[in-house]
Amino acid sequence: MRGATHAKWAACAAAVALAATACGGGGSSGSGGGGDGSAVLSASWGDPQNPLEPANTNEVQGGKVLDMVFRGLKRYDPKTGKATDMLADKIETTDSQNFTVTVKSGWKFSNGEAVTAKSFVDAWNYGASLKNNQKNAYFFGYIEGYDKTHPDSGSQSADTLTGLKVTGTNAFTVKLTQKFSTFPDTLGYAAYSPLPSTFFSDHAGWLKKPVGNGPYTISSYTKGSQMQLKKWDGYTGADKAQNGGVTLKVYTDNNTAYTDLMAGNLDLVDDIPASQLKNVKSDLGGRYINTPAGIIQTLAFPYYDKNWNKSGSDKVRQGLSMAINRDQITTTIFQKTRTPATDWTSPVLGTAGGFQDGLCGDSCKYNPTEAKKLVQEGGGIPGGQVKITYNADTGSHKEWVDAVCNSINNALGNDKACVGNPVGTFADFRNQIGQHKMTGPFRAGWQMDYPLIQNFLQPLYYTNASSNDGLWSNKDFDKLVDQANAETDTSKAIKLFQQAEGVVRDNMAAIPLWYQNGSAGYSDRLSNVALNPFSVPVYNEIKVG
Amino acid sequence: MGRYVARRLLQMIPVFIGATLLIFLMVNVMGDPIAGLCGDRQCDPATAAQLKREFGLDKPVWQQYLTYMGNVFTGDFGTAFNGQKVTELMSTAFPVTIRLTVVAIVIEVVVGIALGVVTGLRRGRPIDTTVLLLTLVVISIPTFVTGLLLQLLLGVEWGWIKPSVSTDATFSELIVPGLVLASVSLAYVTRLTRTSIAENRRSDYVRTAVAKGLPRRRVIIRHLLRNSLIPVVTFIGTDIGALMGGAIVTERIFNIHGVGFQLYQGIVRQNTQTVVGFVTVLVLVFLVANLLVDLLYAVLDPRIRYA
Repeated sequence: MRGATHAKWAACAAAVALAATACGGGGSSGSGGGGDGSAVLSASWGDPQNPLEPANTNEVQGGKVLDMVFRGLKRYDPKTGKATDMLADKIETTDSQNFTVTVKSGWKFSNGEAVTAKSFVDAWNYGASLKNNQKNAYFFGYIEGYDKTHPDSGSQSADTLTGLKVTGTNAFTVKLTQKFSTFPDTLGYAAYSPLPSTFFSDHAGWLKKPVGNGPYTISSYTKGSQMQLKKWDGYTGADKAQNGGVTLKVYTDNNTAYTDLMAGNLDLVDDIPASQLKNVKSDLGGRYINTPAGIIQTLAFPYYDKNWNKSGSDKVRQGLSMAINRDQITTTIFQKTRTPATDWTSPVLGTAGGFQDGLCGDSCKYNPTEAKKLVQEGGGIPGGQVKITYNADTGSHKEWVDAVCNSINNALGNDKACVGNPVGTFADFRNQIGQHKMTGPFRAGWQMDYPLIQNFLQPLYYTNASSNDGLWSNKDFDKLVDQANAETDTSKAIKLFQQAEGVVRDNMAAIPLWYQNGSAGYSDRLSNVALNPFSVPVYNEIKVG
Repeated sequence: MGRYVARRLLQMIPVFIGATLLIFLMVNVMGDPIAGLCGDRQCDPATAAQLKREFGLDKPVWQQYLTYMGNVFTGDFGTAFNGQKVTELMSTAFPVTIRLTVVAIVIEVVVGIALGVVTGLRRGRPIDTTVLLLTLVVISIPTFVTGLLLQLLLGVEWGWIKPSVSTDATFSELIVPGLVLASVSLAYVTRLTRTSIAENRRSDYVRTAVAKGLPRRRVIIRHLLRNSLIPVVTFIGTDIGALMGGAIVTERIFNIHGVGFQLYQGIVRQNTQTVVGFVTVLVLVFLVANLLVDLLYAVLDPRIRYA
């Protein structure tokens, strides 16, 4: 880890030098306008953590590739995040539990094979099958038969989901185990992508050079180093690539990527190093984007620990929430790349999607006197000290945890009220959480899978839900979520989810901290650069030249 | 000579086993790596259990180690979490790092020894003082500062080089990173050579050679330099291993996808197979380099014999 701290130090030195010399290169000459449809751009990338299978990719780097190479039944509008039909002709249901999906005809994989209902059903069965080790398998958990293909323990007794039936070349039915009205809107997630038959017949070959049905094809892939994607001329969708291709280059250190951007050696960096955030405006001017992403950071609590789950605990949590000066921390530490949270979802949902600015009310506003009072009323901090657990190896978690603690200490007038509790590696951190070893609040980041209010609430706060790490449980909340899922009218369903969110607020189940933004910088060759709500650049819309 | 080499090779076996065991245990102490694979959420228990079984992580550590060693002897270094064979990672990473090391060593040897000879022969003159001061400065500046500074000046400000190295990592691209990597050792080589030359200059065999009327060039190269190189060769030999393993910082700065990159990623992702595999190979490189150095002694100084 020496290297990391050194690099940070040096980056500061470099940043000073950059600012002093007003680096940035000359202005572009005579460019602009329509752009060259055949020019290739280069973009920063990281080595994907898992094999590049759609149901096995759960992080942004692999997600970038899937977003270029695949198109699913639905696609989330890069600007609004709304799910719109892509390959789906129609998805019909009468009871929110049985769905009939019709796939548009005429779509092809880049190897010429037609995309049919079978391409989807086979892909989903593969994703749900335990023996394939797919990390996104739980996405298929609502489909009937999942308990057979993916049992919690022991070996699987079936290889295919009984809830999936191909009923025609372009039609299949989905049967869920429970009512889930917004299920069609989840189908934009990469895990639901269709797969060509070569994926199953020549798996190793496919992994070397994945083949999909999206606007780009992979022309070469050097694992761990770079991937060249070419515009696919045979692509039939409406969102054709506006450039000739994208070269993704793996960078170990985002500082190097940033330096490359400065030197004109790279066109797009979608992860601006924290140390450069101060200079990015002067370096890049208007070529810097900072837009909301579907990520919220919270502090979760261990409800399996009696000390945090007794009468009055909710007041302590509310008090702690009010002791955190979110505005100051997001401004000074994150340079406004994060926004103080006022609810438990994300602004990318939009008000129509269920985001409710200010739902948290006074509980999320900095108010030291009220904070102190509430904590005292609630019986004081368990054990006399809050220990905020976080992993110290990635992100700048130490900085903000220390800042949060300072804020709490100042508000409560007690130097020892709060300390950070670093854990060496992310894996160990997740381990300790998984084994329920937390004795106080811990860092919890949530990146949405699909832009639905359901995704911000159910997996995190429903009793025994997959990511309910603190084991919070509330009957009223569960009931409201069940009702919302059964509600066929979307706007009514969202209202019910918001009511459920109100239960989370009244109990302060987790302290919302801030919404995270995606940031990117680009060279003067590019225009029309944007990040989608998943903080992935919308590559196919970028114009070069 | 043959027996000596055989003995040395045999000695490598316990060192090899001990080193791998230590690394294996150290990576294991960091905890269960599977939990880190699912992002900020709990891996679903069935998949986690299945992955553990597949990577053999459900067995006790000693059994894992034995299986691993057994596989290593058949040339199987295991699989990384992203599904790539570790041998495949090695085959892409090592050529790059070896090229980088070669560039660094060449710079070290050519420039370092030349400067050492010049300063050793002109002790106390202005050139000697200047070089001494310069080497002192180089030694005292950490590699990452030199690296970032050169990258910024040559890459961004003056545009002479690209700030990062491309996937091919050709020799010409590696000159600046090689220089950065070599800088500190270069300073040491200069100082070692200088001292050694200055000392041997007054020795009997040099005086004899001069008295015989040999040309100055021949005296310096054949007699003086050859005898003065022994400490320098020792240093360079051990440096090969250090350069290959210690290139992590340089490789990060210039985005070179070599051994340092793979090691860093292996550690961050707690990938036992990658880390142990790469370190094992580095240990071997270190051992072989040391053996070669010892054999080179005999070449440089005929009085040294191995039996």
